Amino acid sequence: MRETVRFVRRGQIVEVGKVDPMTTLLDYLRLTEGSTGTKEGCGEGDCGACTVAIGRSRGGKVVYEPVNACIQLLGMADGTEIVTVEDLADGVTLHPIQQAMVEKHGSQCGFCTPGFVMSLFSLYEGTDGPVGRDEVNDAIAGNLCRCTGYRPIVEAALSACAGPRDDKFRKTAEDMAGILDFITDDRDIFIGDDDRFFAAPASIDGLAALYSRHPDAILVAGATDVGLWITKQLRDLPKIIHLGRVKDLDGIEDTGREVLIGAAATYAGVEPYMRAIDPDLGELFRRIGSKQVRARGTVGGNVANGSPIGDTPPALIVLGATMELRRRDRSRVLAVEDFYIEYGKQNRAAGEFVTGLLIPKLRPDQVFRCYKVTKRFDQDISSVMGAFRFTLDEQGVIQEARIAYGGMAGIPKRAKGAEAALQGAGIRDAAAWSKAFVALRDDFAPMDDHRASANYRAETAHALLGKALLEAAGTPTSRTRLVGRREGYVHAAE
Amino acid sequence: MLLNKPPIVADADLAVVRKPLPHDSAPRHVTGTAAYIDDIREPSGTLHVAPGYAPIASGQITSLDLDEVRAAPGVVAVLTAADIPGSNDVSPKLIGDDPALAVDRVRFHGQVVFIVVAETRDQARRAAKKAKFVTVAETPVVAIAEATETVLPEYSFGRGDVEMGLAAAPLKLDGQFSIGGQEHFYLEGQIALAVPGEAGEMHVYSSTQHPSEVQHLVAHALHVPSSAVTVEIRRMGGGFGGKESQASQWAVLAAVAAVKTGRPCKFRLDRDDDMMMTGKRHEFDVEYRVGATSDGILRSVDVALNARCGHSEDLSMGVVDRTMFHSDNSYFYPTCRILTRRFRTNTVSNTAFRGFGGPQGMLFAERMMDHLAYTLQKDPLDVRKENFYRAGRDHTPYGMQVTDNLLHDLVGQLERTSDYRARREEITAWNAKSRILKRGLALTPVKFGISFTLMMLNQAGALIHLYRDGSLHLNHGGTEMGQGLYQKVAQVVAEAFGVDTAKVAITATRTDKVPNTSPTAASSGTDLNAMAAQNACNIIKDRLFAFIEEKWHVRRTQVTFRDNQVVFGNHVMSLAELANAAYVERVQLSAAGFYKTPKIAWNRDKAEGRPFFYFAYGAACSEVTIDTMTGEMKVDRVDVLHDVGKSLNPAIDIGQIEGGFVQGMGWLTTEELVWDKQGRLRTHAPSTYKIPAASDIPEHFKVELFQSEGPREDTIFKSKAVGEPPLMLGISVFCAIANAIASLKPGVMPALNAPATPEAIMRAVRGMTTTG
Repeated sequence: MRETVRFVRRGQIVEVGKVDPMTTLLDYLRLTEGSTGTKEGCGEGDCGACTVAIGRSRGGKVVYEPVNACIQLLGMADGTEIVTVEDLADGVTLHPIQQAMVEKHGSQCGFCTPGFVMSLFSLYEGTDGPVGRDEVNDAIAGNLCRCTGYRPIVEAALSACAGPRDDKFRKTAEDMAGILDFITDDRDIFIGDDDRFFAAPASIDGLAALYSRHPDAILVAGATDVGLWITKQLRDLPKIIHLGRVKDLDGIEDTGREVLIGAAATYAGVEPYMRAIDPDLGELFRRIGSKQVRARGTVGGNVANGSPIGDTPPALIVLGATMELRRRDRSRVLAVEDFYIEYGKQNRAAGEFVTGLLIPKLRPDQVFRCYKVTKRFDQDISSVMGAFRFTLDEQGVIQEARIAYGGMAGIPKRAKGAEAALQGAGIRDAAAWSKAFVALRDDFAPMDDHRASANYRAETAHALLGKALLEAAGTPTSRTRLVGRREGYVHAAE
Repeated sequence: MLLNKPPIVADADLAVVRKPLPHDSAPRHVTGTAAYIDDIREPSGTLHVAPGYAPIASGQITSLDLDEVRAAPGVVAVLTAADIPGSNDVSPKLIGDDPALAVDRVRFHGQVVFIVVAETRDQARRAAKKAKFVTVAETPVVAIAEATETVLPEYSFGRGDVEMGLAAAPLKLDGQFSIGGQEHFYLEGQIALAVPGEAGEMHVYSSTQHPSEVQHLVAHALHVPSSAVTVEIRRMGGGFGGKESQASQWAVLAAVAAVKTGRPCKFRLDRDDDMMMTGKRHEFDVEYRVGATSDGILRSVDVALNARCGHSEDLSMGVVDRTMFHSDNSYFYPTCRILTRRFRTNTVSNTAFRGFGGPQGMLFAERMMDHLAYTLQKDPLDVRKENFYRAGRDHTPYGMQVTDNLLHDLVGQLERTSDYRARREEITAWNAKSRILKRGLALTPVKFGISFTLMMLNQAGALIHLYRDGSLHLNHGGTEMGQGLYQKVAQVVAEAFGVDTAKVAITATRTDKVPNTSPTAASSGTDLNAMAAQNACNIIKDRLFAFIEEKWHVRRTQVTFRDNQVVFGNHVMSLAELANAAYVERVQLSAAGFYKTPKIAWNRDKAEGRPFFYFAYGAACSEVTIDTMTGEMKVDRVDVLHDVGKSLNPAIDIGQIEGGFVQGMGWLTTEELVWDKQGRLRTHAPSTYKIPAASDIPEHFKVELFQSEGPREDTIFKSKAVGEPPLMLGISVFCAIANAIASLKPGVMPALNAPATPEAIMRAVRGMTTTG
């Protein structure tokens, strides 16, 4: 048992003993440490002004990922190096990213700038040669700038990353990895008492035991949602159990026919496996939150928190994914779609937690499509998200249609009527399509809210089914989509 | 007041002005060492303030129980209106319609009723949630169509007999559409830190574009003279108009808390509170009738611009007046009536936002051009060009003659460089083959009037000290919000003394250094403050010239300040040597400069005069693709040509143009403010309110400065204002979207409302396929 949190700041090991479970990393940096270079813009992980880089030891190197300090808990930084904007310059010499930002006029009011610098620092450290514009746009999708219009920031990134990497972090990477290995141990962390604590168990058994003792504790994986309960809802969360240190819980394994995902595996870690299943699935993962969110947010958390607008559940449901839940030493498996009962209610007992997911890969006779419709392409929450899997025989007859939507009901939900209308029909059978469109209207009664009206949702759900059928049938005569274009997919008239 | 007019300096002789130097704070921005107010090391004992508000948008508070708030951990004081020593009013004109703390009656959801003062910010915020309100809720007036009360009387101007003009016109059209508001989303939220001094003094650090107004309102609230209050601001993390009148309330409340507790008090709004509690760009419903020739040349325009002003007047006089001033954009209206109504609603009071009402007026003009073009099946650019102001057709609806017209040259040039005609053909052919995706192209102009239309604001002051070591201290009434004002003025001062900008110390704006200042607004920051600073430089230089003439008998025309040296006759000396020599001979080396804009006059009652010193021009050509199935939209290419006269700093000017364009594009596309029936704003955070992100910007985003000899008027080094005009270049994206939709059915004007979200686009697309 360890009663401290340990991390590295500016080359020094910092050990903090008294950590309130709700202390955010940003408050620690600004209020305790007095490092005011990192800014608070929104307090909900959406503007990126508070971005810092978190370094982890990976095979003798340090891997840096950007995170939103405003919704990270300090305790989650255990075993890492925390790099902030003040730390990049080497004496009076600016870091190549900083230098490029000055030269390209990448700052105006300057308030978002530290966050951009840290996102671009993570890009700089995470690559070795020139980077492309799309890569830069993705690296800063979680950073909002209201002054520049982004062009000079993108140019600064392209220019700083054009040459070989040369900064003090590269020079000292081995030493830093050594220090990080040194402070990493397999002891459970427990800070506080039974009424108020931050805990980070090191093993799954330790987690199961602790959670069964404290079924009222909040399980925190990436804190990309729980962080807002603290900063926005001002809830009191006296008992926090962090999953980030549980051994093997972040594991990802490709068994050939399926992908196994530990509950603490991040979106970023899972993304390449999903892209390998289908490019649409990869693009869906890329459009979840931002780099900062994907570095910390988990698929397990996205499924477990039961949101009707989570982006992964509809896709997981049509793929036939299952999940494993555990309570004390008893485990059970259920289909992801059966986890959702109604809005705010899941098939999960007190003290029970998600340990992992099993996602079947596509068979050669299956066509998968998914589409996410938002007001803004990057870092936005779906108005409607649709996922489709059609299993076709050699004659193009639909053996099975699995269709699920997010944003259309209180839970992620299958369109059973539309599925039935397509079952057994030819994929190009226009009459069956029409029946499915009609059935789809009865499958859902969507809501009006600030993202979209019920009517728009219904029309978009229809449109997405139409798009999926059109693409699956291979009949479009011209381009069918604006974004997320698929390599190798034939678009006529291009 | 200009004691001496410096000779016109040829560009080749300029050493610092016109150079694309970086923003003065850039190295500090990128290292996190540029301090914003929340970064200032707090004085010991600083307390933190959080707002409390009622759960309704309209109605009566019958009881308010604050006992639990007071008992919450860390709470030092809980204050209501009764605790304000002086006037409970933060309205810019002190007309009493905007209380710092609401009493009894709630006029919008989020209106602050009490404040909590606690040891930590977290404690203050948590305590504020514990208030128990008993209220009698009334149905809030939210939409413009529901409103009956106004904050100001109806106002109109125009010319000729509109009805006759319409009746005689071969082509008559009418239409209506709505324009959404816009949240500023400055990255640094509203904040103030009030530090009490001795004898009733109060030093307030306020993130404000208008320090003098904050000073006056704090003085009124504390019931002390203005001289007891000093307001200071080194830099804002963005303003965009949202910190012109909206910064005052937080500064006033921090100061009241500081007086009540005797301790420094900081008030930093949470982002969600900020978005709920501070004003935004005005929404409009627009109704118009237009008469034109069969070729689409305007004969008569009759437009009613109905604005949602929110619960109080705030700046709605000037804002909506500017909507009128720009409802012509670049087009000649032979007869017209421009009518505005300013409705009172149970929503946050709308306020200044980059463009100050102008963008909404301009969007009307561009919609009308599109309406003519799509009806006549002409290229919209042709209709626009044919209606441009030109000789003999050059009087605006408010009577001012357009004498500096660049529209024809500028738009003609962009039409060529953007390859408009060839692309038009290519897009038409592409659309004919594409079933689901449709592309659109639009080239739209901007003509924007420069000067405050409230005449008294067109003045500025500056303070310059020359020290004995040759270093210079620069201060002026303008504030820095990222636009590069400090850097531009420093370049002007460096030029005047022939030194590097590094020799010019840029200092925080303070009301005790330069008093009675105007807000940094209306794009006027550089025009006014750089002139005032140059005036101060010239006063000091005048004294140095006199000193040199007396001591060394060299005439002023023989003296040059250049390359960090002063050269005259056979003498070469550093500025330090000259300054020290002058000091020894008791020459005053400090001066206050002043400037007021000449030639302007505006009589609102008679609707006549010349409200603007000059116009700034620009044009943008945007291309988009829409998905007709989902309404999704992507901007594919943007070309901009913009007039800044002769630029003081081209890098900063291009930054303003790019940023303005993207902000305007955001206003008209992804940025949607949604209120529910209970009058609650549902989009009060970046998770729900979507400003453009990096991937929304096309790879081809080319911005060029229009090369000219500069304005005929005597502006600072022949430059032009650049803050607001580029925002309206974003209208080209909206018109390109309409253009893509119009391709679905020739002869029909798409019914597209702003913002063009995917839902709005889908609705317009459906409208095309269902209309007769």
